[in-house]
Amino acid sequence: MTYSKTVILDEAGIKRALTRISHEILERNKGLENIVLIGIRSGGAYLAAELAKLIEIIEGENAPCGTVDITLYRDDYSGAMPHQAVGKTEIPLSLEGKKVVLVDDVLFTGRTIRAAMDALMDHGRPECIQLAVLIDRGHRELPIRADFVGRNVPTSLKENVEVVFDSSHHPQEVILEK
Amino acid sequence: MNLFIRGGRVVDPGQNIDEILDIRIENGVITETGKNLEPLSGSEVIDAAGKYAVPGLIDMHVHLRDPGFEYKEDIITGSLAAARGGFTSVACMPNTNPVIDNKAVAGYITNKAKSHGFCNVYPVGCITHGMGGERLSEMGELKEAGCVAVSDDGKPVKNAELMRRALEYAKGIGIPVIAHSEDISLVGEGVMNEGFTSTEIGLKGIPRVAEEIAVARDVMLAEYTQSPIHIAHLSTGGGVRIIREAKARGVKVTAETAPHYFILTDDAVRGYNTNAKMNPPLREACDVEAVREGLRDGTIDCIATDHAPHHLDEKDIEFDAALNGIIGLESSLPLSLALVDDGILTFNQLIEKMSCNPARILGLDRGTLKRGAIADITLIDTLAEWVFETGQLASKSMNSPFFGCKMKGAAFATILGGRVVYRIDRLAGK
Amino acid sequence: MPEFKHKDIIALRDLTRGDMELLLKTAESMREINSREIKKVPTLRGKTIINLFYESSTRTRTSFEIAGKRLSADTVNITPSSSSATKGETLADTALNLLAMKPDIIVMRHSVSGSHYFLSKKLPNCSIINAGDGTHEHPSQGLLDMLTIRDHFGRLDSLKVAIIGDITHSRVARSNIQGLTKMGSEVFLAGPPTMMPPGAAKLGNVTVCKNIKEAIADADVVMMLRIQQERQGKTLMPNAREYSRYFGLNPENLKLARPGAMVMHPGPINRGVEMSSYVVDGAQSHILRQVENGVAVRMSMLYHVCGGEIE
Repeated sequence: MTYSKTVILDEAGIKRALTRISHEILERNKGLENIVLIGIRSGGAYLAAELAKLIEIIEGENAPCGTVDITLYRDDYSGAMPHQAVGKTEIPLSLEGKKVVLVDDVLFTGRTIRAAMDALMDHGRPECIQLAVLIDRGHRELPIRADFVGRNVPTSLKENVEVVFDSSHHPQEVILEK
Repeated sequence: MNLFIRGGRVVDPGQNIDEILDIRIENGVITETGKNLEPLSGSEVIDAAGKYAVPGLIDMHVHLRDPGFEYKEDIITGSLAAARGGFTSVACMPNTNPVIDNKAVAGYITNKAKSHGFCNVYPVGCITHGMGGERLSEMGELKEAGCVAVSDDGKPVKNAELMRRALEYAKGIGIPVIAHSEDISLVGEGVMNEGFTSTEIGLKGIPRVAEEIAVARDVMLAEYTQSPIHIAHLSTGGGVRIIREAKARGVKVTAETAPHYFILTDDAVRGYNTNAKMNPPLREACDVEAVREGLRDGTIDCIATDHAPHHLDEKDIEFDAALNGIIGLESSLPLSLALVDDGILTFNQLIEKMSCNPARILGLDRGTLKRGAIADITLIDTLAEWVFETGQLASKSMNSPFFGCKMKGAAFATILGGRVVYRIDRLAGK
Repeated sequence: MPEFKHKDIIALRDLTRGDMELLLKTAESMREINSREIKKVPTLRGKTIINLFYESSTRTRTSFEIAGKRLSADTVNITPSSSSATKGETLADTALNLLAMKPDIIVMRHSVSGSHYFLSKKLPNCSIINAGDGTHEHPSQGLLDMLTIRDHFGRLDSLKVAIIGDITHSRVARSNIQGLTKMGSEVFLAGPPTMMPPGAAKLGNVTVCKNIKEAIADADVVMMLRIQQERQGKTLMPNAREYSRYFGLNPENLKLARPGAMVMHPGPINRGVEMSSYVVDGAQSHILRQVENGVAVRMSMLYHVCGGEIE
């Protein structure tokens, strides 16, 4: 089998996509009121931080930002794999009545999003949850759809999509491996 | 039925013989030993070329568990295990149920062994009545009933005055006393040797001094009463030193140890291995060295096994609850032969410690290949290599830390009163 | 990414520094759950945990029970009474009976050192967690102590930890010695010589001290062990009064430690014996924090043994 790696989005492309998503979030919600950005550890959390910065530039206000670790909510949890350490969930406020924008890097089967939603519910009852992803690569296994998408990328199941971050957690590029 | 052993290397320490000879046996008695003999017509002939022929091995410390604990071992299986291990005689300890403190129990054992056994079984009677540690047993009657020694093995005689009187009384009767020398108060709740291993794995320790203080007491009582005493299962360097010094003073003390005390250390307990749980416990490397030195310099007279069969249910449990002891009859010979390979003992000295000395201490008319002696003979193949495994045991019990060990040396044939009771190349006796 | 690859947690002696770091890291994340309004995650949904306590212990058993429940496991407590033990059911038989209930984890406390290894051999498909075995180890206590120390100092290496009391009979001491020395700290032991086991100095980076002052001097942490009249009272010490005089922690000798040194105790405390009340309730006491960390550490242990194959 041959291995190939294609860059499907570079740093500038990522920035453009995130800027557009920021605008869409503000437009859809008519501003920042009641909005909380929650990133899924770890790629989604980095992107949530990027979005928060962009939103601040656009709107002049900053949105509360948090991180959710979905390890303890996974549905593929079994004895088959050794357990890695559980990361911290850091949600700075109760989500009761908030509009949560859940952020992830790549949307695939939807199972991660399902787990993240369960985790969020344990922190209060939000008014609504919206989903923002940088890449939607298809192949959903659950009835889940993103509200904000950076780029739709048709893929085969054999391929792998990865968002690459630098050491200070800034997104550098999105690559497709096959 | 006559027997002829051709071409074995005959080693008989009592006669200072070590050469290739033939042995002629008539009606269970050795009638001639010499070069180029001819068998009498109709004799069974054993080709012993390349094998050693030695006086039948004697294990002066075994537990046959019969009567009372036949689920662990009985006289038939125990004596078969002995025969397979090359032993023609064993002395069995009295902690049976009932204990051997009367003629009836002693008689039961000797009779059953004579009619069904595969080796000579000599009962050891109790020192105290009912092994209760309170008053003397009827040693005279015990001796008449065939007991070759008295011991409260498994329990020490705690009361020093009683031990003193036992030594005096036994001397009068002419029966040897075998001491299980241990200070119970120092043992406490201990389950293994007290040392770094017990510290690390958190098991309660038994200090060496629990043995040493009792060996010292027993030796001093023997010295004071001018009586012979035999110290059982010596395990500590201090015990060896005390006996060495006592012998130098002329005290009539003899001593035995067992293969596990000159091979294993308390490291064997790691993993909470109940097959390494015994009393006295396995000690440390310095003790193993001291015991080996005691064997080398003659401080320790005998190698016994302390063969102590226990049922799986008594060993396959939590460490503290497991019973003490291991089986030894079927592994003792190769483990002891290693002392010869290691240069600790000569082959001749090994046979002294496994046959001549036990016979002398117990006053048995065995342990020799003299003309006219009862033909108890062990043929040893010192080169046989094999692995000690549970499947091949004659013993009913399987408690040994040596399973899986490579062994070198085995009994090639065991001859009891001129009768072959075991031969390695045939199916065993049964 | 480090992974935990043990079926059981029986002794910190069996774990590497990496294993312990992983357990502590997860415990920190678990602590967040314990501060939420909804203190429950679905992680061990459908798993059955049996708390099998042959020795009574309200504190440790409750802590394990809460830990299991917060991870959504079904937890069952079994306390074999001393009478049923004397009726002759062996640990192996009890274990096989429990196996019929298909437990995923058995958390056991037992009076015999090493009995967990025995149980683990009998139950190859069930994880075994040691909640204290005889005088061997008490790994969850060791880990929670380590977590408490790390919370305070931000590290577990290059600390001087004094452990005072009956070292011979203390499973808490053994687990802490194993854990702390593997993490790079130095342990100083003190206690009456009747309570100091042979070769204790060889257990790791351990120094055996002549008296409590020597052990406490410049210590970052002072850990006091429980003295039990029933056990140590017979031959190991004259009485509680004399013990507390020579081996008790009080405001005066605590001054020998580094300023702000932590004071710890695994509980339950005999006030006035191993520690004076001034110290127990004083500013340097971290005893209640130890208890709080207990649940998080035990959640981490339950979580990690449930995953993964042993290599």
